[in-house]
Amino acid sequence: MASMSTGFANQADQIFVVLKGAVVSHLPVILQPLVSAIISMVGVVAVFAGLFALTTVFERKGLGRMQNRLGPNRVGPFGFFQPAADGIKSLTKEDLVPRAADKAVHFLAPVVLVAASFLGYAVLPVGRNMVLTNLDAGVLYFFAAGSMVELGVFMAGWSSHSKYSLLGAMRAVAQMISYEVPLVLASITVIMTAGSLSTVDIVAKQAQYTGTIAHWYVFTPWGFAGFILFMIAATAESNRCPFDLPEGESEIIAGYFIEYSGFKFALFFAGEYLGMLATSALAITLFLGGWSSPFSFFTWVPSWIWFFAKLLTLIFCFIWVRGTLPRLRMDQLMGLAWKFMLPMTILNLFVAAAWRFVPGGLPVRWFVCAAMLVIPFALLSRGLRSEKKLQTRTYRFAE
Amino acid sequence: MTILFLILAVLAIVGASAAMAFRSAVHAILSLALAFVSLAILYLSLDAQFVGFTQIIVYVGAVAILAVFAIMMTRSDSAHHHSEVFSKSWLTGLVLAGGVFTVLAWAVLGDKTQHAAADTPAPVTTVTQIGEALMQRYAFPLEIMGLLLTAALIGAVVLAMPLLSNKSAANPAAKGDAR
Amino acid sequence: MTPLNGYLLLAAFLFSIGLAGALTRRNAILVLAGIELMLNAANLNFIAFWRYGAHPEALTGTMFAIFSISIAAAEAAVGLGLILAVYRHFKTTDLDEIDSLKG
Repeated sequence: MASMSTGFANQADQIFVVLKGAVVSHLPVILQPLVSAIISMVGVVAVFAGLFALTTVFERKGLGRMQNRLGPNRVGPFGFFQPAADGIKSLTKEDLVPRAADKAVHFLAPVVLVAASFLGYAVLPVGRNMVLTNLDAGVLYFFAAGSMVELGVFMAGWSSHSKYSLLGAMRAVAQMISYEVPLVLASITVIMTAGSLSTVDIVAKQAQYTGTIAHWYVFTPWGFAGFILFMIAATAESNRCPFDLPEGESEIIAGYFIEYSGFKFALFFAGEYLGMLATSALAITLFLGGWSSPFSFFTWVPSWIWFFAKLLTLIFCFIWVRGTLPRLRMDQLMGLAWKFMLPMTILNLFVAAAWRFVPGGLPVRWFVCAAMLVIPFALLSRGLRSEKKLQTRTYRFAE
Repeated sequence: MTILFLILAVLAIVGASAAMAFRSAVHAILSLALAFVSLAILYLSLDAQFVGFTQIIVYVGAVAILAVFAIMMTRSDSAHHHSEVFSKSWLTGLVLAGGVFTVLAWAVLGDKTQHAAADTPAPVTTVTQIGEALMQRYAFPLEIMGLLLTAALIGAVVLAMPLLSNKSAANPAAKGDAR
Repeated sequence: MTPLNGYLLLAAFLFSIGLAGALTRRNAILVLAGIELMLNAANLNFIAFWRYGAHPEALTGTMFAIFSISIAAAEAAVGLGLILAVYRHFKTTDLDEIDSLKG
């Protein structure tokens, strides 16, 4: 375990655990587990819903700055109360349901989506001793919660009874089930190395230090490749740019949530962003060491601060990618999943095994594993490039 | 009979009955997904964590989605509302199912062997144990399962591919392969 | 009524509901849904016997259920591929109309 620094740092680290313990200890013993669970759940929902609100304003301001314009800057200092304005707007808008829509399924779809998105947070350790439940099969539970989201997406698209929404839902579900395979395979390398499906164990294995560097899995070649593949698959799973063809405004208007307005639309937005936050948090848990600090001389910083700092960095990377890359076409997207990411993730499994079993020191292992990854990557990406003969371009300028 | 078991049993029965009774095929599959989820929670309450989560991932996340895709591709949700829901031989089917249930219930309730009471401690099964069992005692079935799944994958793709000689009507939802 | 009997009765009821659906529905996909329900009922049986049975540390019930889930998924994929192929020929999924082999 990482060396504990001063008593104050330890107290700041465990402050939420201590607070919850103080509140719960005033209750009769029979109620204590229930109330403890309820307090943790309320905490998780409040924190991550607040983070969702923060993400919306970060995204709009970040995208604005990348596009050489200011984002929203009217409501509050630098526009940071914009989510409050958005929330009030979405609550007071009229809730239109199309006449031909299937009323029950149309109502239930955002409920299923948001509920399934929130369920994934139960196994993510936000700090030392700060996980809602320490399930023995934690990572498997996370993927189970993620697969229920696809059903919600389909329900939304089908119940609206509109061609655009059905097409968007089909594309979104096809994309999500295709990218679930590289997502799970990329996390299997971590599970193999850590020897456990429990998120708490995985973080504990990474919170050890040799010298000053932590044992994060991203510092190994298979971990780095796995992290990149996981983040690409996570971008596709939450329908973010460059994989947001199912909901791009210029392609299909809004895809599967066209016919939703008002609060249900806000719920879909929340579901998508919560999914993005949840998979980023899982990536942090699996590859970036969860709540541990990268250098042993920074362990005095509380663990939950490290976790949220890493989460905000990953969110910034998501926004950065959205502002930079163009959208992928549907067949390019599916080709990327099945022809590129699936072979690379399977190869990553072999590299993770090689990392463990190749004899020799650290440089030898790094060289062998990196060669095992880079050479097939180069060959695959060259081989999959479509050979298009471009014609010579002629430009006609207005004279 | 605990409250949790009763609630989950009612949910599963309601979901299953609705799945077999609804006119609209998509509604039927969605209530079937509800039955799958309640069965998964039943597995979790029986301390079979791995099986419960696998049930959700495979059945709700794959089989139900596959079924609704097939409904979309065969246009059997909207175009045939005028046709009957149940086939001509529905009475025979119901009688047969009732007979099967009667025999099974009689076998269960007449069971005189001593089984464990409700308060036996749950067996502590970690995923590590399941992994070890899969790699040691059940290694041969695991390999056969891999072969079976590969064969099913190739077979499903070959069956669902449009024939090269006569092209069927283009489906907007067809993304090439039905998985 | 022991809890094991409760689970077995529930599994028997789900099995017969699935059987009733598989025997009476017209839509081929919903017949397949009935078959999946029957497989699920059998899985519930396995897990209940594993939990309340003699040797839970042998993991036999769990293993059987895991393999059964995998096989059910493979069978659903192939079955739906078959239904698609049949639809392409008969232009319907109504099982009462797919009777060209009828004597």
